[in-house]
Parts: sequence; structure tokens; C-alpha cells
Amino acid sequence: MTELKLVMKQGCETCLMIEPLVPQIAKAHKLEVICQDSSSFPANVPVTFDESLEQSFKLNIEIVPTLIVMRDGQESSRIFGWDETAWSGLLGIEFDTDLPKFRPGCGSMTHDPGRQAELAARFAPERLRSRRLNFDHADELEVGFDQGWSDGLPVVPPTPERVMRMLEGTHREPAEVIGRVPPDYAVCTIEKVAINAVLAGCLPEYLPVVITAVEAVLEDQFCMHGLLATTYFSGPLLIVNGPLSRSIGMNSGGNALGQGNRANATIGRALQLLIRNVGGGKPGGVDRAALGNPGKYTFCFAEDEVNSCWDSLSIERGFSKETSTVTVFAADGMQGLVDQKSRTPESLCRSFASGLRVIGHPKMVMGSDAFLVVSPEHERVFREGGWSKQELKSRLLELLMIPGEELIQGAGGISEGIPVGLSDRILCKFRPDGLNIVRAGGSAGLFSAIIAGWGASGSMGSVPVTREIVLA
Amino acid sequence: MELLDPTSELQPEGRQPLPRLNALVGKTIGLLDIAKPRGDVFIDRIEDLLLQHGAKTKRFKKPTFTRVAPDALRQEIAGSCDAVLEALAD
Repeated sequence: MTELKLVMKQGCETCLMIEPLVPQIAKAHKLEVICQDSSSFPANVPVTFDESLEQSFKLNIEIVPTLIVMRDGQESSRIFGWDETAWSGLLGIEFDTDLPKFRPGCGSMTHDPGRQAELAARFAPERLRSRRLNFDHADELEVGFDQGWSDGLPVVPPTPERVMRMLEGTHREPAEVIGRVPPDYAVCTIEKVAINAVLAGCLPEYLPVVITAVEAVLEDQFCMHGLLATTYFSGPLLIVNGPLSRSIGMNSGGNALGQGNRANATIGRALQLLIRNVGGGKPGGVDRAALGNPGKYTFCFAEDEVNSCWDSLSIERGFSKETSTVTVFAADGMQGLVDQKSRTPESLCRSFASGLRVIGHPKMVMGSDAFLVVSPEHERVFREGGWSKQELKSRLLELLMIPGEELIQGAGGISEGIPVGLSDRILCKFRPDGLNIVRAGGSAGLFSAIIAGWGASGSMGSVPVTREIVLA
Repeated sequence: MELLDPTSELQPEGRQPLPRLNALVGKTIGLLDIAKPRGDVFIDRIEDLLLQHGAKTKRFKKPTFTRVAPDALRQEIAGSCDAVLEALAD
């Protein structure tokens, strides 16, 4: 049995144009007319007023008018907009009209901004599988604190509608499992990532970055479990490269390591909240940090690769400049490095080496990796001197070959140090591949930054992981 | 207000500790070094004391303190010891 459904709205010029034809169609066919914005349009036929838009949503209407042919309760075909030839062919009706032969339709009200998420939350709740919790709380912002979901700052309440909207940022299915999150090794789905991204205050377009960051920290070589559990300062740092970092408005310029940019702030925070909520990793619980660092609220920035004379971090790590990536690094906070006098690469390189020498402890070698964040004014010195990033790195590693006699226990009147038996060795501050360089920061200021890594960097603990952010 | 649960929704399984040992004599006590500096100092001393009390000891070591003990190691300890002591810190 054949039935027709015709979805219209009065606010659409094309729908208004074809209004006189609707009674003719209703006379020839079993027709249900569904109108999104009126109970009396079109005239002279019975109308189902789809005030809640439930029917339009469930019929997946994108354009009005849409004419759907139903056979035995199943959709067999649909056409949308006005195309006299197509409508006549489908309906078997010769329209006696002087209307234009063709006119495109208008957008369905189900696709008004923000509407899809609202409708999905209401009419397709089965798309979300997380437990639904009901609260009767005078202040909704207190719920996150009461439930233990917060990092100490207010979190955005994860309503079904907000989570649906967040999921619009990815093509991946909400139920897809992306791994197990330590320390509980709990199963993590795209939906759980989205919920925590809502808590953190992310926009949907940030979600692919958050998902990729989660996948990166779950790689075995990153050692997220140990990083969380350690008494050391560290937590995950995210460095974003590629066009996506710019299209979502990340900050790689002035105050790149500081506050004030929503993408930087919330992407890093979403990862931390996910570890807390899905993984169960909380300070005082499995997180045994003696001091922690402020970056454990959030630590995320983009590399300023557009204005740099150097290969970006992602290119160094084998990706093309058109590819967007996230690199995760087990990082402490940052240490400032001031040099306002050096005008030659040789001098500035020595300054950098002096700063890098002391991370963790001046006698600690082969323990922590580090990221050196070079500001534009410092990079200019190397640009003008013709030094590539690789050359700078090589020279730094040469300068950071340290005689064992300076490093051994007791040297300098300090008990800390390497075993005395290594006094005749010359040791590098960093393991091979342990020193990384990126460019970021504002255009003024002869300052760079050192971000030291976990004291258990390398294969015994954590190595940085870079993953492509896949949007399709 | 309806919210979606951001947690893993895990229900922790309630497990009772195994019965405590009544005596050390003849028991095999596993000593697990998690591979942190000076863990051996602690375990050496504990081992001396255990041996003085008539226990037998068996020593184990994690490949690295940064990761959980491999399944095979945990199974070996569970299968060959009556109790285990773990040296956690530096």
C-alpha cells in the first residue's frame, strides 16, 4: 500500500508557491501533510502540525518541501524542493499550472542551529548509552563537585543535549570503544570522551583533538598509568600541530602557555577529566604526586609553525604539514629562560644549555626528557645565524655532555648524584631523542621556556607520542 | 535535571582479603622489588628478618616501577608464595 508524506513549512517560499497544488495531490493519493510551523498551512487539506519537530526529525528531513513515498510502512523514495517533472513522474499527475518548473526548497527547521542535538536528545535517546542520572539541585553547577567529577573548578553539566551537540564534532560512533583508561583500565567509548569534553567546556570542533589525545596517552609507550601514579610533578602536555590547530583557534602566539584561549584551556582539561572520571585517577588516590604542577588542570598549546623557519614538531616526527597532529608529553610545569643579550646562535645556545642542564636536578642525567619552547625573538637569532632546529639540537646535546665528576654523589657537597663509580665517564643530560624543540610565543620578549619531563622518561617510563587527528 | 554519567560506571567488586598468616615458620614469602632505587636495601633487611623467623623467601622484581606488574609475574607470585611484601619507595 502506497502512502505519501509531504513535509512543509509556511516560512518557506517554495512551500508557499506549491500550496495550491497540495489539494490536487491529496485527491489523487493517500497523503499526510506535515507542517513544521503552522496548523493551518497549507490550506484546504488536513494538516499534522509537527510543533515538536518529532516527525520531521524521525523522517530525517533536511529540506522543505520533501515528498516521501511510503510502501507498506517503509520509505521507498523521496524528492525535495520543487521540480515539476520529478513530482509529476512520481505522482502520476499532470499539474495544470504556470509555476516555474524548478525551485529549490528551504532548510528544514530541524536543522536550525543547535536543533539537531536538542531533537536527538529528546527523540533518539537510545543513541547515548551512558547511565542517566537525575538531580534535584538548586544550583546545577554544584552537581559536578558533589559527584566528584570536578578538578576543583566548575564543570559544565553534561546534559544529553550538550553531549549530542558535542558528538556532532566527530563522525565516529558514540559506542565505539577506543581503549581502556588507567588506573582502573575502564572501557572508554567516544561517548565518554564527549561527556568529559562537555564537562571541560569544549566546543564540538575540539572533540577530534580530545579523542586523538586520549588515544595517544593510551598507547603503551606513553605509560599513562605510571605517569598518573608517580610521586613526580608530571602530567600530560598536549602540543597540537597542523591546520586544525588554526581552524579551531588555538593559541600558539602570545601567552601560548598561559590562560585565555578556550581551545587550549578546555582540550587539555578534557583529557585530565577523562583520566579522573573514566580511569578513576584522582589526587590522593592512585595519583600520588607529591606536589603536582598547575598544568595538571590543563596543559595544551599549538606550535607556531606558520611563521617559523624551522620544521615543525609534526614534520620532524614524520607527518606532512597538511596533517594535523597531537603530541603528548609527560611534562612538568615550565621554567623560564631569559636571555636578552645574546645576538649570536652560539651564545644563545649556551644560555639554553645552561637552563636545560638543571632540570630535575643539576646532577640528574638521562632521566627527564624536555621540550624547549623557543619564542619568536629567540628564534630570530637562529634564523639570522642560519641554524636549523636540528643544528641547534645537536649543539645543545654537545654542550650538555657533562663530566661524571660533576655528577657523582657528594660532588659540590651535595649527596644527590650518580654512583661514584661513574666519575670518569662523560654523560649527556638527555637520552637520545630526549630533547625536543618547538616554536611558540608572542612577537616581543627575549624569553624562551623549558618544559621538563617526567624523571622516568624513555622506554623505562614514558616517551612522547604523536598521532594524526583524523577528521573523516 | 538529567545528566549523563561521565564515569566508567564500574561497580567495584567487593573482595575479602585472604586469611592472614598465623605463623611464618615454613611459609614462603615473596619479596617484590618494584625496581626503584634502594628497593633492594629494604628487601635485604626484610629478608634477613623473615629468615630469622623461620620463613622461606622468594625474590621477584618488576621490569620497571612505571608499569603494573606483568600478568605472568603476578601469577608466578600467587602460585608460589603464601604471602608477598612489596617494596614501594625509593
